[in-house]
Amino acid sequence: MDKTVADLATVVAGIEDGMTVMIGGFGGAGAPIELIHALIDRFRTTGHPKDLTIVNNNAGNGHVGLAALIEHGMVKKLVCSFPRSADPVVFTERYLAGRIELELVPQGTLAERIRAGGAGIPAFYTPTGYGTLLAEGKPIAEFDGRAYVQERWLKADVALVKAETADTHGNLTFRAASRNFNPLMCMASRHAVVQARRVVPAGAIDPEVVVTPGIFVQAVVEVADPQQEEDLNRANAVYPGEA
Amino acid sequence: MTVKLSNDQIAWRAAQDITDGAYVNLGIGFPEKVAQYQPPGRQAIFHTENGILDFGESPAKGEEDWDLINAGKRAVTLKPGASFFHHADSFAMVRGGHLDVAILGAYEVAENGDLANWSTGPKGVPAVGGAMDLVHGAKRIAVITDHVTKDGRPKLVERCSLPLTGVGCVTRVYTSLAVVDIEGGRFVLKEKLPALSLEDLQAATGATLVVAGPVADLIVPEL
Repeated sequence: MDKTVADLATVVAGIEDGMTVMIGGFGGAGAPIELIHALIDRFRTTGHPKDLTIVNNNAGNGHVGLAALIEHGMVKKLVCSFPRSADPVVFTERYLAGRIELELVPQGTLAERIRAGGAGIPAFYTPTGYGTLLAEGKPIAEFDGRAYVQERWLKADVALVKAETADTHGNLTFRAASRNFNPLMCMASRHAVVQARRVVPAGAIDPEVVVTPGIFVQAVVEVADPQQEEDLNRANAVYPGEA
Repeated sequence: MTVKLSNDQIAWRAAQDITDGAYVNLGIGFPEKVAQYQPPGRQAIFHTENGILDFGESPAKGEEDWDLINAGKRAVTLKPGASFFHHADSFAMVRGGHLDVAILGAYEVAENGDLANWSTGPKGVPAVGGAMDLVHGAKRIAVITDHVTKDGRPKLVERCSLPLTGVGCVTRVYTSLAVVDIEGGRFVLKEKLPALSLEDLQAATGATLVVAGPVADLIVPEL
């Protein structure tokens, strides 16, 4: 078994119009910049994929990564908890012009909906959001004298994920706080695509330290020196920049 | 009214109630200041929603590791004994009742414990982050805030007028003028600035301040 794919273009080739794509990361930590940019490259040459529903905690920052994906008009809808950033101009302009849909989800509910999607749990009850605008229209139930809101699972066609080390079976480790949503999104998507700083043979990761077991991962590509969103934004980078 | 605590002084006062070894989440922005004022000999363990327990101060400029950030997307460092975890585990810590204290900012707090701190109305881009999760689960939900808005309106009110973050969740409010507990759907005054009369404090408050027991002087060092 070898889940390694040689290049970024091949690994994103199966992503089609209208798909739901989960993208890992919280701010720049764990954001798979190279995978996102490979998707933009494909759109620039083929016009596809478009009309994507993107699930991410944020709405991008500056003009790289997720913000660049939105700037290219590839995103129909965003499911996120916090569509603000130091430089959220790309999403903000489109949202205020009515050109992109937003489903706002409390951060913990977003994480649990993704986890539930990966775990085969179609709905669950949470105290979060009870009595607020974000619970409107959702079923409410009382358990042990307290009211809870029913929330539904969230699943995706594809996840784009950044890991530190992957082996050829798709076992993953992450670095520091770049773990965030990445392991959950691997679980909740039919096809989890991972960029890893290092791809190693099966057996080279101690099973005791595997964070995401390979069963949740379908494809792995090595990106040895990944870009970091914060560094790109400090340099005022724009993707793809001048041709 | 000219006498009031600075934000640093409010943060200092809130920090005095955090016990040694407490697991604490500080909301992004102003509440992050609380970490600077832990009393000597006490060490709280700070949780950040994006997956770190026991993080410390920001590194020097140029030393940032952008995989090591807090919920405010600020670069942080680790303390000995830190741990990493994914977002579902992080919010299990929040909702599951494992945190001792969460300290948040507020637009409005109501006497029934309702909190409004995420939206000032339908204009602009709505953003909630982890606020709605954080108000459920921690054993104490404290708010730190100026006592009144910039244009002088009370932030402690009978009922919130802005969209709610959570219902009946706040247990204590540290303001620029007073420390107020929420008990049985009422604001109960615990401490006030000694130079401030009860009448003046009440006049700056949008709901009845109940005095049930002694009211201590709110005394905070110059910072």
